[in-house]
Amino acid sequence: MKRLLIPALLCATPAFAEGELKVYHWFEYIPQELVDKFTAETGIAVTIDTYDSNESMLASLKAGKLGQYDVAVPADFMVGIMAADGMLDSFTPEEMTNLGNVAPQWLDVPFDAGRKHSIPYQWGTTSFSVNRDVYKGDIGSLGIIFNPPDELKGRINVLDSQNEVLVLGSLYLGIPQCSTDRAQLQALNDMLLVAKPHWASFGSDIAKDVLVSGDAAAGMIYNGFSAKARAEGANVEYAYPKEGHVVWMDNVVLLKDAPNRENAIRFMNFLLVPENAAAVTNYAAYTAGVTGVEPFLDDAIKNSPENNPPAGITPGVFAQACDEATQKLYDAVWTNLKK
Amino acid sequence: MKGVRHYPGFMAVTVGCLVVLYAPLIVVMAYSFNGSNSITQWGGFSLHWYTQVFTGPEAPRFGQAARNSLTIAALASTTATLIATAAAIAMVQGAPFRGKGATFALINLPLMVPEIVTAVATLIFFSAIGLTTGYFTILIAHIAFCIPFAYLPIAARLEGIAPSYEAAARDLYATRWQAFRLVLLPLMMPGVAAGWLLAFIISLDDFIITNFVKGAGIETLPTAIFGAVKQGIKPNIMAISTLMLAVSILFVTLAWFINRKGHRTP
Amino acid sequence: MADTRRRTLLLLPTWAVIGVLMLIPVLLMAVYSFLTKEFRGGVEWQFSLAAYDQFFLTRGLFGDEPAAIEWTYINIFWRSIWQAALATLLCLMIGFPTAWFIATRPPSSRAIWLFLITVPYWVNLLIRTVSLKFLIRDNGPLNEFLIALNLIDNPLPLVNTNLAVQLGLFYSYLPFMVLPIYAAVERYDTALSEAAADLYASRWTTLREIILPVVKPGIVAGCILVFVPSLGAFLAPDLLGGAKTFMIGSLIDEQFRGSQGNWPFGAAVSMVLMTLVLIVLMFHARAQGSRR
Repeated sequence: MKRLLIPALLCATPAFAEGELKVYHWFEYIPQELVDKFTAETGIAVTIDTYDSNESMLASLKAGKLGQYDVAVPADFMVGIMAADGMLDSFTPEEMTNLGNVAPQWLDVPFDAGRKHSIPYQWGTTSFSVNRDVYKGDIGSLGIIFNPPDELKGRINVLDSQNEVLVLGSLYLGIPQCSTDRAQLQALNDMLLVAKPHWASFGSDIAKDVLVSGDAAAGMIYNGFSAKARAEGANVEYAYPKEGHVVWMDNVVLLKDAPNRENAIRFMNFLLVPENAAAVTNYAAYTAGVTGVEPFLDDAIKNSPENNPPAGITPGVFAQACDEATQKLYDAVWTNLKK
Repeated sequence: MKGVRHYPGFMAVTVGCLVVLYAPLIVVMAYSFNGSNSITQWGGFSLHWYTQVFTGPEAPRFGQAARNSLTIAALASTTATLIATAAAIAMVQGAPFRGKGATFALINLPLMVPEIVTAVATLIFFSAIGLTTGYFTILIAHIAFCIPFAYLPIAARLEGIAPSYEAAARDLYATRWQAFRLVLLPLMMPGVAAGWLLAFIISLDDFIITNFVKGAGIETLPTAIFGAVKQGIKPNIMAISTLMLAVSILFVTLAWFINRKGHRTP
Repeated sequence: MADTRRRTLLLLPTWAVIGVLMLIPVLLMAVYSFLTKEFRGGVEWQFSLAAYDQFFLTRGLFGDEPAAIEWTYINIFWRSIWQAALATLLCLMIGFPTAWFIATRPPSSRAIWLFLITVPYWVNLLIRTVSLKFLIRDNGPLNEFLIALNLIDNPLPLVNTNLAVQLGLFYSYLPFMVLPIYAAVERYDTALSEAAADLYASRWTTLREIILPVVKPGIVAGCILVFVPSLGAFLAPDLLGGAKTFMIGSLIDEQFRGSQGNWPFGAAVSMVLMTLVLIVLMFHARAQGSRR
């Protein structure tokens, strides 16, 4: 018995950091060739498990999956939330040797000052697109969505996302994010309720499809989706409204209790190499947060208007994560809108 | 010969029903051959999505997901049907007993609880007892919620079967087991088959519960498709769906042949 | 005695599986509905009635007005119940003739008809619903077909309407109506119809007075299997109805997977939903029991 026990115990010992990496990621957000390249360079076997929204990732990690994954890819506001919840591990610049590749404007971000827990993955903007066949007027204002012209009434799709809709609504009214001012919140609430009858639908996954199929003639949309809509034949123009738009960034974070911490850091370092970041960009059609990617980018992506905002537009803003009491107020506005 | 069982218009309704059921499928099939990336604008005929399904970068993941879905559905529906058959016999036959209402409520519990609630509660429960999530956790979660779907058609069928058949068999010196196997079971068969089918479909299509209780690195087809949809629905998903359809049509043909061979007129 | 033991044995697997995998998690959920919400998902183990307060009472947009009845969620429930009821009716109207027709085919072809009904469900529901949407949209094939036949002049606005949602729910749950009714009809003794015909009853009278009562268990089973999931559905309502309003399903989903992360409230809404359904089912069980 004992003779068998010890070899059995040895076999039962899990294979440690040596050869594995467990990634929690969005589906189809990283080209398989790049993952294979990483494995070829380092010998580390990569498993990718997927989620379909930031919130479901958070819910799963909270309900017990923390400790099963090494890295995840949350959006900007989610990084702040995870850090506050103690779900993130940190790394030093000595460990993350390629940290210098990060574009300077993304090194110190509101959700991760000095980049201690995360590295940029892809960033983009959220605004709206208009089908130029239907409406030829000026689209330089969020009024197209919140106070639409006659041609667009009843033909607008709005993202089914509390964050984006409320932030864009706040920008339109010129009120700050995470406001606790009652008058401002009431104004936001009322404006949204007045605008809603002019909207055809709420939908995030179908934001591109409705523009291509003609179900909607205008809609809130992510810049990458808009580029894809254009590629599929919709005559849409992506707008950079004067009130501002939303900037978002997906980041790779080092998770707490990562089973293969060293491999996780090697993977993050790998993603900071310009050529690799460019591979992701070419695949996902957004923008890398790393300098030096231009030589490796596909022309279509390099030159698309969605990735090259014209000079002089109002810069975009990150969605802020509010504190609990304030968040409750915004939750009430959203519920009121959708009830 | 139009007998008493013929009702005018019923055939038209059935055919119309099938038309409505299959029309979207025709769309799915048509767009699986789409030359462009869109699912709403036709871009010419092309087979490249099918080649992508089998050889493209996502192929191994979708293939594994499909295999998981099919095996889990088969195992879960079979187990659930067995359990449900036993339960139906106990519930429908014989005098009302104490706890019958409670049992009925219990059997229907998975139906009543919204899927999202079951999903989160089940995951929390699994991690509380230290059960590692994975294929097995998906399987047992599926068995649980498949039971009511298998139960209801079986019970409905059983209610129409008078106990006199079994009693007559027993009078003729059949053992309890023989009475069951040779008399009751064949009579129940359509209900059991209906229950199995329902359970299979439910398991195959389940997304929410599966998404929460699956472990790292395991996907079923619905979770893989839903995740892919976040990047926009592409015709490769249509191609996968068409392939699933082809598989099930194969199944039908096979089942028909088997049925023909072993068929005895009642 | 042997009867009781046999019955216990037969019911044991059911009690074990559902008891452990459903009952305990559901009880856990009930407990959760009385806990305090943790910011952004999760719960703190502290007793609180906040979830139920949010459901039944409203204190204005900012929470500082005097408490009044909160109609919002009651309206959402009412809307979902209506929608589920209509979908069930639609499934019944179409499902019963279909089930009858299939059950009265020659035995060799019945299995094929059944499989024909269920085969579409091998295709993922999301994909089927999206394709359905494609068919009925303004410049989609259905409208083009109707216009070509000169039946209508302008496209029927079908997408983002209640009708589209009904169609979607019907599409999602039809086999759950057909299969149980089929099982019951198949068992129906034609001699009853023949006897009725001998007594000069018309087909439809026979249907109403004789057939329906006999196959009622199948119909009721089918109705339950369509009504209850329809109550909690959110895929068809969201995709086909435009997601402009919450249904019970999307409301709960938002609490667990949306940005609001209010688990106790999600649990509370679920508890209210389950209580309603439980009452309906208990009525059904009691009616069944008393008939014997």
